[in-house]
Amino acid sequence: MMRKIVKYVLGDIIRNKMVLVYTILLFVISLSVFNIETNTSKGILSLLNIILLIVPLTCIIFSTIYIYNSSEFIELLVSQPIKRKTIWYSLYFGLVLSLSLAYIIGIGLPALYYFPNAKGAMILIVGLFLTWVFVSIALLIAGSSRDKTKGIAIAIVSWLFFAIFYDILVLFILFQFQDYPLEGAMIVLSFLNPIDLSRIQLLLQIDAAAIIGYTGAVFKIFFGRGLGILICILCMCAWFLVPLWLSVKIFQKRDI
Amino acid sequence: MIQAKHITKKFGRLKALDDVSVQMNAGECIAILGPNGCGKTTLLKTVLGMVMADRGEVMVKNELVKKSNWQYRRHIGYMPQIGRYPSNMKIADVINMMKDIRQNSNLNEELATAFDLPALSQKKMGNLSGGTTQKVSAVLAFMFNPDILILDEPTAGLDPLSSEKLKAKIKAENDKGKLVVITSHILSELDDLVTEVIYMQEGKIIFHKKIKTLQEETGEIKLSKAIASILQSAEK
Repeated sequence: MMRKIVKYVLGDIIRNKMVLVYTILLFVISLSVFNIETNTSKGILSLLNIILLIVPLTCIIFSTIYIYNSSEFIELLVSQPIKRKTIWYSLYFGLVLSLSLAYIIGIGLPALYYFPNAKGAMILIVGLFLTWVFVSIALLIAGSSRDKTKGIAIAIVSWLFFAIFYDILVLFILFQFQDYPLEGAMIVLSFLNPIDLSRIQLLLQIDAAAIIGYTGAVFKIFFGRGLGILICILCMCAWFLVPLWLSVKIFQKRDI
Repeated sequence: MIQAKHITKKFGRLKALDDVSVQMNAGECIAILGPNGCGKTTLLKTVLGMVMADRGEVMVKNELVKKSNWQYRRHIGYMPQIGRYPSNMKIADVINMMKDIRQNSNLNEELATAFDLPALSQKKMGNLSGGTTQKVSAVLAFMFNPDILILDEPTAGLDPLSSEKLKAKIKAENDKGKLVVITSHILSELDDLVTEVIYMQEGKIIFHKKIKTLQEETGEIKLSKAIASILQSAEK
């Protein structure tokens, strides 16, 4: 049953031109970055900064709007002999599959073409994780709030928070408490932001020690490279599983 | 077929259903009547599991309605008051999707032919008039030969001719022994269909009577007059 509904959701998303535009955008960005930068690490870093902004933004906004616009579809299906869980997961998989595909075509494949090694693979993995996490957060937002305008506003604020304000907040804390040892606190803080986690994960991989940032450096000292990457991946898994699970619980109880 | 016991549902402070208990059996055609906002649709939606009751339980064909039970809905055909459909799907897409989901080989497509839907099948749901959307809803409700038909304001947006066709279909299915539950504002059109009447007000069932009893008690043959007379005598 899940496969059938995912098929309908996918068909609907593909007919919607947004995902195609997103794919082309990513493709243009990756090609231009790879062709302009001659230095590998520098190329990856420029690309990283763009990925860390654009992928979460697109995923969270597009998915939130998509869920609100699917209210008719949801309404139609809940009165049929289908588990609510199936409906909700189908929406998730439909979104995740299409946005992941867009990312793979737009950035993953070019990255693997220019860097056919662990670095290229890491770019692919980090972007996919970000996609899954932010679609999952979008489902939580759209599931919790009935008001579309409010939901989209929360989605934008969440993105601003994770992409921009969080770093400012961390810097502020660092500055205020500079007399104290903050390594442990910094590690905990980086767990709390999926975008930070992705950045650390990629930087650990490309060994850009000079630009790894404070949390990254602490991470490396604390866990070493291998364990550091593993912990990052586990945290990212928690970041898409927990919001998804919460959103299912909310959707199952919701009155349609 | 449907048993509701002590259902209570609150939306914020508003009590949409207040300790409602009701029994509906196969072969009956039950009209749920009452003013706007009296809880008719909420009652139907609790039966469908679209709204979860705060207290009480609903049984459909001896299966308890709860979060983890969804299979029982295969017995139900539901026609919503305002059918909302994905606007970029064509009529044919919606119908095929439902067939795909319900996997029922015993299809009943008389109504689709009666409404001449095949001719419109390439039209997008978003471009349909309210009446045509209603027709699609009706066709979907009857298509899978369910034992229970739940029709929320079925004739509200239909033209008189289509409305007659739908009523004939309701009557035919009811005569086959199916349970039909209808809500409607237009009492006159229910006269020749209904076997029982449930009257609701402010989330409570005021009375639940067989139409014959109702006619005998009030001495009125028309449903609208019988109900008016009961409500007047209740006020006194």
